Amino acid sequence: MRLRYVALLALLGFGLLIRLGGGLSAAETKEVQIDNYSFTPGTLTVPVGTTVTWTNHDETPHTVVSADNPRSFKSSGLDTDDKFSVTFTKPGSYSYLCTVHPYMTGKIVVK
Amino acid sequence: MTDGMNRRGLLRCGAWAGAGLLWTVSGGVPRSWLLGDASAATEGLTFVQISDTHIGFNKPANPDTKATMTAAVDRIAALSPKPAFLIHTGDITHLSKPEEFDTALQIIKGANAEVHYVPGEHDWLDGGDGFRQRFGQGTKGDGWYSFNAGGVHFIALVNVVDFKAGSLTSLGADQIAWMKDDVSGLSASTPIVVFTHIPMWAVYPKWGWGTADSAEALGNLARFGSVTVLNGHIHQVLQKVEGKVTFHTAMSTAYPQPAPGTAAAPGPLKVPADKLRSVLGIREVAYVEGQEALAITDTRLSA
Repeated sequence: MRLRYVALLALLGFGLLIRLGGGLSAAETKEVQIDNYSFTPGTLTVPVGTTVTWTNHDETPHTVVSADNPRSFKSSGLDTDDKFSVTFTKPGSYSYLCTVHPYMTGKIVVK
Repeated sequence: MTDGMNRRGLLRCGAWAGAGLLWTVSGGVPRSWLLGDASAATEGLTFVQISDTHIGFNKPANPDTKATMTAAVDRIAALSPKPAFLIHTGDITHLSKPEEFDTALQIIKGANAEVHYVPGEHDWLDGGDGFRQRFGQGTKGDGWYSFNAGGVHFIALVNVVDFKAGSLTSLGADQIAWMKDDVSGLSASTPIVVFTHIPMWAVYPKWGWGTADSAEALGNLARFGSVTVLNGHIHQVLQKVEGKVTFHTAMSTAYPQPAPGTAAAPGPLKVPADKLRSVLGIREVAYVEGQEALAITDTRLSA
């Protein structure tokens, strides 16, 4: 009887964690891929508080640099498979570029 | 016409150069010969251009950029007569790391000659600190400078700093103003060699292969009878003649890139390992005082 109760609690707890984990990843982290000299998606709309992570899949280094003046974020040179993350805490439209290949541009819209 | 090598040197070069071409441009008309066909002269100024060594790159397109740069430097060291100096037209390193700069410097010492550098965008990923520390002495602004050698005026331009979103790179107003002032005292018959990293003509703007304010910069040189513009960045040989100005892009010593517009993006081009050295190379440039044309020889690391 007692054992069954513990097992039930454990199951409930496990379910809660799964739901919590799923909720976290859906609401607060987003990915932008760098492939073939372009950012995908080119424009990403996210809620306030989201962390956006860029991953460079090219053999060529790229950067992720805010186009604003002053720049609100700036990565170093990202080699193949390097990642760069920014947490957006204020609403707004954030345009960015790869400073090595300035025709590569993207935008994060924070609502 | 001259290629700056004696007959023996030429034959020796011919043996390893395979598909090497000698370029001369006279009266605005470029002509080319196979290396072995060219008649040789020994007097005058010769210098060598090396470009896009990308030390630090180790992907399948070339897992050993140190070895290919060393092979290029060995070719240079074997040239006869010895070139007066080298110019390196940028992307010395792949990621601007201190150890990459230091490795490249160690390898290039093997040429046993003075080297004049301009940065590529890969040398500026750290905001230019590593480049300026090693090569910035005596330069202006972000590293531009000029010097005279063998009757030729050389202008080193930096076009990898001023990148704006959705646009081509640019030299910027300060550098162009300096350039105007730099040539103001020169006679119009002085041959000018401009060297920089990114092409000074619109090779393929969609891939960023051009410089937004190049026309303005070259406007400063309109009165000169002979202007030669040398650059790297696109890892392949292309030429263009515009009036008295000739443009030449150079091969890399690291890996080739696709011809303009022939791929979705300008990433490294993979060729079979045994063919790699046939698409890498160096460039020798010769100038004899009193002659209008500079003779340009692009040489591959292997046939």
